[in-house]
Amino acid sequence: MTLHSEFAIEFTHVDYAVSADHALLSDLNLSVRPHETLVLLGQSGSGKTTTLKLINLLLVPTSGEVRVEGRSTLEWNPIRLRRRIGYAVQEVGLFPHYTVEENVALVPKAEKWDKRRIRTRVEDTLALVGLQFPEFADRYPHELSGGQRQRVGLARALAANPPFLLMDEPFGALDPITRAQLQREFATLSKRLGTTVVFVTHDVAEALLLGDRIALIENGSAAGVYSRSEFLASSDETIRAYRETSRLSA
Amino acid sequence: MSFLQFVAKHRLEIVTLTIEHLWLVCWSMAIALAVGIPLGILLTKRPRLRALVLGSNNVIQTIPSLALFGLLLPVPWLGARADRLTITALALYALLPIVRNTYTGVREVDPTVLEVATGMGLTPTQVLWQVELPLATPVILGGVRVAAVITIGVATVAAAIGSGGLGEFIFRGLAMVDNNVILAGAIPAAIMALLADAAIGLLQRLIRRPRR
Repeated sequence: MTLHSEFAIEFTHVDYAVSADHALLSDLNLSVRPHETLVLLGQSGSGKTTTLKLINLLLVPTSGEVRVEGRSTLEWNPIRLRRRIGYAVQEVGLFPHYTVEENVALVPKAEKWDKRRIRTRVEDTLALVGLQFPEFADRYPHELSGGQRQRVGLARALAANPPFLLMDEPFGALDPITRAQLQREFATLSKRLGTTVVFVTHDVAEALLLGDRIALIENGSAAGVYSRSEFLASSDETIRAYRETSRLSA
Repeated sequence: MSFLQFVAKHRLEIVTLTIEHLWLVCWSMAIALAVGIPLGILLTKRPRLRALVLGSNNVIQTIPSLALFGLLLPVPWLGARADRLTITALALYALLPIVRNTYTGVREVDPTVLEVATGMGLTPTQVLWQVELPLATPVILGGVRVAAVITIGVATVAAAIGSGGLGEFIFRGLAMVDNNVILAGAIPAAIMALLADAAIGLLQRLIRRPRR
C-alpha cells in the first residue's frame, strides 16, 4: 500500500448535488485514518449514505475530491477500487439465488482466486462472523434469520480481505439483542483485522461502542469530528441532544 | 367415416404437417428469443427507447395475422418464399411478450442487490449474467410461454399463404365443409400448444424451486 498522505480516505471540499437546486452534500471535509473506525452519525437525510457511496464510487462528487489511499476516486479503476472496499448495508442485499457459500465467494471468485483458496477463505470468513460452514454453506438467504443474513452479508464484505469496509446501518433492522451481540462481535473483529471502517448510523450508543472517532454529519457537511471522550464531554447542543437520546453522560 | 378412421387413414400426412408446423414455430421462436431478450435488456438500460419499442410491438400485435402476411408479401427478400415470410411474421408476434417480460423481469430485481453487486466491484456484464438474468429468468420464461402458445396458434394461418403446417387441414376442411378434416389440423395444434405451455411451466417451477 503506497500512502501519499497520512489518511486512508480523505474528503476535500466535496459537493454532491442531484440537481442544480438540490444539494445533498456541500463543502464536506473529512478524513479517515488507517485502521480506525470512523462513525458517521447524523439524522435521516443528513447525507451519511451519500458520503459512503462517494467512497466506493457508486456516486461521483459534483465538485471537490475524494481520495482513497492518496489517490482521487476518479483516477481509480472503479472495479479495482470497489474490490478493495467491503460493503455492507442494512437490507443486506444477498443474492437470493446464491447459497451462503456462493454469496460469500462473490468477490474472491470475481478476483479469479483458485477454487481451493476460495473454499478455505469462505470457511474462515464464515467462522469470523460466527457461522459454521457445514451448517450454513448450502443454505439460501431465505432460509436464514435476519441476524444470520447480516452475518453472511458481513462475511461477504470481508471475504477478499479488503483494507476498507463501508457499513450503512448494517445492524439497524435487527432485534435489540441480536443487534447488541453483532455490534460487540464486530467491534472486536474490525480491531483484530485492522480494517479501516466507515460506519453510518443514527444510533448514538452504536456510534460510541464502535467508533474510534465520531463525525457528526449535519445538512450535508461534517459539523465536527470527535473522539469518544470528546463526544461524551462536549457541550455542543446537538451532541447533548444526541446523548439525551440514550441517557448517556460524561 | 368417423374421425378416428380419418386419422388412421391420414396419419402420415398428419405427422408430416405436424413436423412442418413445429419447424415453423421453432424457427420463429428462436428468432424471437434471439432478438427479444437482448432487446428487453436494452430497454432496461435505455429507458427512453421503452415507449417506442413496446409501443410499436403493441401495434404489431393488433394487426390481424392474415393482414400481416399480406403486408409482408411485397417486402423484397421476405416475400420471395412463403416459409421465410411466415417465420418473420410469427417471430414478430412472439416478440412482444418476450421483450415485455424480459424488461419487467430485469426491472423487478431488488435494487439493493444490484447496488451491493456493483458496490462490491462486479462489472456491468457480471451483474447482468450473475444477478439480473438469473433472477429475471422465471418472468422471462412466462413471456416465452405466452409467445409459444400464440405462435403455435397463429402458425395455422400460415397455410393460407402456402407454407404448410397443420393449417393445411383446417383450410381444406373449411373448403370441403368437413369437420373431420378441420379437427385433424385443430386437435394436433391444440395438443402442441398445451404441451408447450406445460413444458415451459414445468421449467419455470424447476428453476424457481431451490432458489425462490
